[in-house]
Amino acid sequence: MKDKILEVSAIKDGTVIDHIPADSLFKVISILRLEDKDGMITFGTNLESKKLNKKAIIKLSGVFFKDNDINRISLVAPEAKLNIIRDYDVVEKKIVEVPDEIVGIVKCMNPMCITNHEKIVTKFQVIDKKKIHLRCHYCEKITDKEHMEIR
Amino acid sequence: MKSKSLVSITDFTKDDYLRILEKAAEFEKKSYQNLLDSKVIATLFFEPSTRTRLSFESAINRLGGRVIGFNDSSTSSVSKGETLYDTIRVVSNYSELIVMRHPLEGSARFASEITNIPIINAGDGANQHPTQTLLDLYSIQKTQGKLDNLNIFMVGDLKYGRTVHSLLMALSEFNATFYFISPDELRMPEEYKLYLDKIGLKYHESKEFKPNIIEADIIYMTRVQKERFSDPIEYERTKNAYVLKNEMIEDSKPGMKVLHPLPRVNEIHPDVDANAKAYYFQQTENGVYVRQAIISLILGLV
Repeated sequence: MKDKILEVSAIKDGTVIDHIPADSLFKVISILRLEDKDGMITFGTNLESKKLNKKAIIKLSGVFFKDNDINRISLVAPEAKLNIIRDYDVVEKKIVEVPDEIVGIVKCMNPMCITNHEKIVTKFQVIDKKKIHLRCHYCEKITDKEHMEIR
Repeated sequence: MKSKSLVSITDFTKDDYLRILEKAAEFEKKSYQNLLDSKVIATLFFEPSTRTRLSFESAINRLGGRVIGFNDSSTSSVSKGETLYDTIRVVSNYSELIVMRHPLEGSARFASEITNIPIINAGDGANQHPTQTLLDLYSIQKTQGKLDNLNIFMVGDLKYGRTVHSLLMALSEFNATFYFISPDELRMPEEYKLYLDKIGLKYHESKEFKPNIIEADIIYMTRVQKERFSDPIEYERTKNAYVLKNEMIEDSKPGMKVLHPLPRVNEIHPDVDANAKAYYFQQTENGVYVRQAIISLILGLV
């Protein structure tokens, strides 16, 4: 694993997010608001993966995430793995967890929900972490994985 | 009260329900009480409603309060494009409490989060209408003398009917047994059946209610709307099966009552109106006492 990471381009300190499904890469970039980050960011996509068929990887130099922030990507990349790099070494490995509550990110699938008509940050309770079923805090309707749209 | 605003029936606990019903019974004995003492209450009806608005305004007037508001958003600044956020922030400065109905779901929850005054949800689209549920509970308690262990028949559109969903949630606190009677297309959604399974309450599902009718303590009728059917032929075939007629309730218990949230279109035959088992008009009267109870409890006046 470590060799493979170094092959793409080594970072001294930062975070490597691996095992992102290739078709979720840009959603992950958007959820983590990587466009606002200053550090060097490289990503690769459509890489061979036994588990995911095609995977993507993101390497962020000098960037470290809080668990709460990184767990937001679990909606689109439930199998993502994080490697925390210090001085070229992987000092910690983390997996993402689906949080109990999702704030922002997801659009409520109910067209009659107030959040789709006024400027409101969406809020969902995760009622099924495996199937990813989200109950809207406002309209109380369920948005499932199939109909989930990232804002 | 667990919550200052009443947005969803699940905002309140079983104890809250019972307290509201107890107070409603007191208002039924003495409805005119000057508890609001000229305080101003806003009724904001972003979509028109006659029954619910008049019921609330009657309740406020009986409590000695004053009402401001509108019954159609085309006559308010909403038609100029004002956001709900702004309307609520502004009206919060004019009144002690806001009663609101809005076509968008979740609007009342949102309103309750952007103001310091209490919000009572008088219907947010197809989502919640908690004061209806509380007046249903009051009507059931009043006619049956209790809320526990009753057999509740829910008839008609069980898929989209918000009143049956909220009533189910509320009655699930009282060990009810449910009979769901609806056409296939309008069956009770899975999530509610799963919930009843989880808490160990019994329910029966059927397309017709005649065979079981002897069991019923309450028949709760709802409107079967044509536009809910994907197949218009299916609607024509089923529509008459869910119209309640006198002969259908002949074999029911003497104390059984028929409830309906109203407005009714044709789902209860007018002949039933004279039947002692019909209770839907008295049910609306109960709505005033229940709303008096809710307003005065939320404002801490009783």
